[in-house]
Amino acid sequence: MSAAQTFLNRLEERLSERQAASLPEPTWIAARRQAAAARFEALGFPTRRDEAWKYTDVRRIGEGDFVLARDAAFSKATAATLTLPIEAIRLTFVDGLFSADLSDLSALPSGATVEPLSQALANNHEAVGGALGRLSGVEFSPFAALNTAFTEEGAVIRLAPGTVVEQPIVLQFLSRANEAAVMSHPRVLIEAGARSQATVVEHYVGETDAANFTNVVGEVLLDRGAILKHYKLQEAPLGDLHIASLHVDQGRDSRFTSFNVNLGGALVRNDLVADLNAQGAEASYLGLFFAQGRQHVDNHTLVNHNAPMTFSNENYKGILGDRARGVFNGKVIVKRDSQKIEAYQSNANLLLSDRAEIDAKPELEIYADDIKCSHGTTTGQLDEKAVFALRTRGIDEQTARGLLTLAFAGEVMEQVDVDAIAERVERTVAGKLPERFNLAELVDASLNEVHDAGLGEE
Amino acid sequence: MATEEMEKLVRREYTQGFVTDIESDTVPPGLDESVIAFISQKKGEPEWMLEWRLDAYRQWLKMKEPSWAHLNYPPIDYQAISYYSAPKKPEDRPQSLDEVDPKLLETYEKLGIPLHERAALAGVAVDAVFDSVSVTTTFKEKLAEAGVIFCSISEAMRDYPELVKQYLGSVVPKGDNFFAALNSAVFTDGSFVYVPEGVTCPMELSTYFRINAANTGQFERTLIICDKQAQVSYLEGCTAPMRDENQLHAAVVELVALEDAYIKYSTVQNWYPGDEQGRGGIYNFVTKRADCRGDRSKVSWTQVETGSAITWKYPSCVLRGKDSVGEFYSVAVTNGRQQADTGTKMIHIGEGTKSTIVSKGIAAGNSDQAYRGLVKIGPRAKGARNFTQCDSLLIGDRCGAHTFPYQEIGNSSATVEHEATTSKIGEDQLFYCRQRGISEEDAVNMIVNGFCKDVFQELPMEFAVEAEALLNVTLEGAVG
Repeated sequence: MSAAQTFLNRLEERLSERQAASLPEPTWIAARRQAAAARFEALGFPTRRDEAWKYTDVRRIGEGDFVLARDAAFSKATAATLTLPIEAIRLTFVDGLFSADLSDLSALPSGATVEPLSQALANNHEAVGGALGRLSGVEFSPFAALNTAFTEEGAVIRLAPGTVVEQPIVLQFLSRANEAAVMSHPRVLIEAGARSQATVVEHYVGETDAANFTNVVGEVLLDRGAILKHYKLQEAPLGDLHIASLHVDQGRDSRFTSFNVNLGGALVRNDLVADLNAQGAEASYLGLFFAQGRQHVDNHTLVNHNAPMTFSNENYKGILGDRARGVFNGKVIVKRDSQKIEAYQSNANLLLSDRAEIDAKPELEIYADDIKCSHGTTTGQLDEKAVFALRTRGIDEQTARGLLTLAFAGEVMEQVDVDAIAERVERTVAGKLPERFNLAELVDASLNEVHDAGLGEE
Repeated sequence: MATEEMEKLVRREYTQGFVTDIESDTVPPGLDESVIAFISQKKGEPEWMLEWRLDAYRQWLKMKEPSWAHLNYPPIDYQAISYYSAPKKPEDRPQSLDEVDPKLLETYEKLGIPLHERAALAGVAVDAVFDSVSVTTTFKEKLAEAGVIFCSISEAMRDYPELVKQYLGSVVPKGDNFFAALNSAVFTDGSFVYVPEGVTCPMELSTYFRINAANTGQFERTLIICDKQAQVSYLEGCTAPMRDENQLHAAVVELVALEDAYIKYSTVQNWYPGDEQGRGGIYNFVTKRADCRGDRSKVSWTQVETGSAITWKYPSCVLRGKDSVGEFYSVAVTNGRQQADTGTKMIHIGEGTKSTIVSKGIAAGNSDQAYRGLVKIGPRAKGARNFTQCDSLLIGDRCGAHTFPYQEIGNSSATVEHEATTSKIGEDQLFYCRQRGISEEDAVNMIVNGFCKDVFQELPMEFAVEAEALLNVTLEGAVG
């Protein structure tokens, strides 16, 4: 049986279950499901011979046998430790299924809708049908096709024109330590009307011993002048396999910022694609990944400058220790006649071990001449002079290296404006560093000091 | 416009250059084992060489033409190509410069090519060029005195079979890639250089001086071996538009640098780029690779690519020796409908290896060009260092410039840096020059030459001067 077939059998099972339970399904979803399944069957899982997967081997996923979760039960006490400590509008999914218990929509202002996909489909499936799948067709990748075939749950966020959502909207995806590994194919759909503003956080986290497969597809539609900050904080359990793609469609003068932080997971692949379709659209990509042990983290980003006077800026930082492997592939495409655009890209990587590896490929594809484009990428080690400077001040070598590594990550993290995320990341990074002197405590102390002085609060 | 003029000029020369009568010992189009046996026999090659070629051919049959490059061209029919034709007889060539198209001579004038070389370049029968014959003889004597072997690869197979057997295919194996395999099966000519231990080659070597082979075949094979502590500088090609009736070119160049050896390989490529629709231009699929086998060896590639309809070329360095150094300096200019996908690979294997990549791409008209490079740092390449800079300059809004740099870094003590920019000639730069009474065309030339300076200064002196002139001619009429 081929790897793809195992997955398709699971889909069959699920569909007959749904039928037995007489769960209704709009015909367009059924048709799309079928087409996606056929597409996935034809494609199969990507191999390293596919240019987009040259450095990432997904056989572990293809060879696995994952079941679909049946309930969303999760210990409240554990959830409390995992949840980001911020006041937020929150949707929680456990192994892909919606958990009403762990969700909180009380702070939702009028003009904004935040609901699980299943509910949105039940309420008014036609309203979802127009946007869902518009940006991420099954053509994008075998995983997008797989996700479409399994479409069932996820989050739908809709902002009416002019709506400003003050509190962050947190989509929390929890991974459980199950007896049989579970897969989930969540879908995220964000439609931001003209001049609306919001911050959306996708947070992936779970029980330490979990080893599940998450395959998420997100779509973001930004109308004229909409401003969206999208945070992805991926601190999935170290056994988790995580594949994600996010597609953004930007209208005139819209602004999209992506913070993509990846700390967890055994095998992680992120695809981020923004289409700047009208004048004045601006996209910023900020990324940080830190992998250790045998973690594999692959980030593919793409910016399509489809219209004149559009702007993009990208800064990704990677830290790799032990036998970890990192991949960065950043691509900027400037279409013909997209004049007066500016596109900047930068990627810096830090290798902490001789057995770690980074494969970087910053690409430019340019068909217009009146533009400013540049990219730079560097890979190296900590500056020995800086290590020495700290040592002359009585800081031992390990701690000095730890501090400098934190500072390296800090260049991206200081632009994060949700404090809880910045703190969580700083603590996690500090906790991961090898040290004699307890760096985590040092960070803790300094963060507490900030809190005591009231500096961290707005 | 001046561009059209230029293209017209180039095209006219080529239609005139065709020779239609078929020589008795030209094989009909097509490729099979008998054609390879024929080539091998014609060249009077030893048995092992024929076996080598046949093995390459059998590997080639199993290979697929690569399609990953950012290039667009109709499929090539490999059975429609004739793989061997005897060198043209002197009586078929123009007998003196008077018979050569005056427009072509005008281009030579612009490029500042020395008089005696013009005749050779225009394809004037060698015997009619009395000057260069004596020049060649003098050079040959000097080289022999130093112990440097410089001859055609066919001669080398006959006279130095042991050297050829030892090194041929040791850098670019027979089955390395589609075009290299094809070349290995059917190559008909090329240069062979061997510089013995401790010898610094007394002069720059160039195919110019191997006049008999000046009319190089479409499947050229070059092998350069630099023994311990030896040094050589090799010049390939020339700045003048080259006449050639073969559309497909698939050359292989292999360089071997032993301990402390230094090879400098400079190329100026200006094959026919095709008409304004890109028809009829040369397809140039070249595999160039250097093996820095010895510790502290150094190889430096410098290339100025202005011709060909299609350029597919990645001069590379395998940095095996400890502290070995690889360099790649490139200027690629495309205009009209030209397409170029070029770059380099630096494979760091040895400790302390260093590489520098400077690539300058200039795209004008409807052309497209891509830099494609790989920097690979192996786990044992402690302290390896790479610096890459690739800049693109766009002239006009119908052209494209692309960058595809791959970095695979597997050593924490390595430092790898990559920088790329894409821009156009600034209006204010142009204005500044115009304000001082410099014509727009001169101003553009000045700015473009400044943009390429880092590469040009790596070229041997006389080449550099010609390259600058060449750039100006290639971009004639591209702006304004």
